[in-house]
Amino acid sequence: MQKTTRSHHDTETHPQHPEHSPSTGRRETDGRETDEGLGDGLTARDRDRLSGLAFRVREHIIRMSGRGGCFIGASLSCADILVYLYDAILRVSPTRLDDPERDFLLLSKGHDVPALYGTLAELGYLERTRLENHLSPDDDIYWHPSRAIPGIEFHSGSLGHLLSVGVGLALNARIDGTANRIFVVLGDGELNEGSVWEAAQVAHAHKLDSLIAVVDRNGFQANCATESLSPLEPLEAKFEAFGWSVHRSSGHDFDALARAFSRLPREAGKPTAIVCDTVRGKGLPSIEARADRWFVNFTEAEVKMLLEELRGTAAASLTSAPLHVR
Amino acid sequence: MTYEDALYRLALDNPNIVVMTAENRAAIRNLPPKLGPRFIDVGIAEQTLIGAAAGLALRGKIPVVHALSAFLTMRAFEFIRTDVGIPGLPVKLVGSVAGFLSEANGPTHQALEDVALMRVIPNMQIYCPSDEADLLDMLPSFVESKHPAYLRFNASKSVLPSHARFSAGKAEVFVVGIAANDRDVDTHAHDGGPGHDHDHDHDHGCDRGHNSSEDGGNEGVISIITYGPLLAEALRAADILRESHRRTVRVVHMRTLSPVDTVSIADVASHSRLIVTLEDHFVVGGLYSIVAETLLPMKRTPRVVPLAMGQSWFKPSLYRAALTHAMFDAESIARRVAEEL
Repeated sequence: MQKTTRSHHDTETHPQHPEHSPSTGRRETDGRETDEGLGDGLTARDRDRLSGLAFRVREHIIRMSGRGGCFIGASLSCADILVYLYDAILRVSPTRLDDPERDFLLLSKGHDVPALYGTLAELGYLERTRLENHLSPDDDIYWHPSRAIPGIEFHSGSLGHLLSVGVGLALNARIDGTANRIFVVLGDGELNEGSVWEAAQVAHAHKLDSLIAVVDRNGFQANCATESLSPLEPLEAKFEAFGWSVHRSSGHDFDALARAFSRLPREAGKPTAIVCDTVRGKGLPSIEARADRWFVNFTEAEVKMLLEELRGTAAASLTSAPLHVR
Repeated sequence: MTYEDALYRLALDNPNIVVMTAENRAAIRNLPPKLGPRFIDVGIAEQTLIGAAAGLALRGKIPVVHALSAFLTMRAFEFIRTDVGIPGLPVKLVGSVAGFLSEANGPTHQALEDVALMRVIPNMQIYCPSDEADLLDMLPSFVESKHPAYLRFNASKSVLPSHARFSAGKAEVFVVGIAANDRDVDTHAHDGGPGHDHDHDHDHGCDRGHNSSEDGGNEGVISIITYGPLLAEALRAADILRESHRRTVRVVHMRTLSPVDTVSIADVASHSRLIVTLEDHFVVGGLYSIVAETLLPMKRTPRVVPLAMGQSWFKPSLYRAALTHAMFDAESIARRVAEEL
């Protein structure tokens, strides 16, 4: 199992990834759980399928980072999480969207939506050819999610909204007596927003154990490392103090993800938070864990190089300047 | 029948109605045991209130959410705009103690910009009852419309025995006249909204001729357009103006500000020497703006005087004293209107 920290080649100018920071001690750094690991284990076939899916999703993301660009760093950090959840956990499929008992995934941080577009395309929700319409006014595939895209449940882009929308979906399931589970993918920078913690309190108050927050803990927000701006750690202790059942996992190792999501809810009567340690830009050493590769509009030549780099055949040499959107 | 009773009846008929609050239970105190899981109190958390309501509405529920107007429309504004407005979900926003109804709470609680804020959200409807009877008349429409909607809650004691039959986008018009055969107060309901037939006219024993051009005697007519609890002050001010200045005063009660009764506004513009917009709201973005936005595309520029809050919040006090201090009581309104003649 490779460590998720292998490519911290820029640590002098960029603050350390939180995996190197003091933590509460229940995280994992090498794919082996330190607390109860209840995964029933993935087969080699599962791993191959998941890895293949994740690879193709990353290819889609890289292609979307040209011709206008995208939030490539966050998209790559959550790609494995989305692939795993859609493939292995979510009780939903392209033909099950009208099923009242199905699960929901809400992408709260929004700007990582290329990972979701790629996942939905690979799993048959969205025609793959539509990904070529990225940023076209003739489609709805833009920098943040739109409900016009099949499989996208709710629009986002304004941070700190969808945990409360998830609270609403969980309350609805309670009223209707349906078995829906609601997964809300949050960015770690997004946790700066007070509305996340407001919704976390309400979820606890109403004992919404069908609600699962999944934090893409890639350690960066727009311009810098999270811990250098508004420290989030100890993150598990924070969620625990808000009455949530918490688990910390690698967000890239499918075996670890299998253990993290093996039993839901983790505790009856409590919402669940899975904090997934990830690497921003995961899969592309030339942009991994760099504060200045948040949003980039790459040239076609760079896109080609990055696809090569993803395949491990050549390192990319990048010259496009990062955009400072914020 | 109270608001709570009426809302409960609607909820009995429609299992999709969910009553929510951010710990503002004044008007819905007895509903929790009656509605069970369909009553949801999120605590003092207006943003989550709206986000959760959007989630419920996404699954077909009709959340009727309650909070103080100031905190509902301002604290949670971006949630309303983003989670309710963008998808156009039928979340029903009930804001209490707007305008002068906040009484002695002070400027933190004075919603004097709520109409302006809600009005800029596409397809947001705005309901402004003048009293409890009016509130109950419009409640089914407010709850059952397919659009997001904001109710400027007002359950004050009714000033009129009854109102015209409610229809969203249709104003109620009262004429306080000086015709030769006039009654003391000649009230009249106007079929101003598009597509409304005369059967909707409210029977106050009125003379329809008052608001048509047929009588040709409108040179001196003053029209006061208002909404909410200030209707009571406007009607009394009209009495005073009739008595002291021998003027016919038409009072237009805008029961909904969105959709707005543009036909009534155009009619008022045609048949008034002076139009006054009266509102407990900042002058920017409220009824005065609505009248301007309605008339300018018609190339109509009648004389319109706004009686609204200008550049400051009002002096906190009990309701009548606050009205008087801010010169929004009937006597002050009559005097301020007379000064414009």
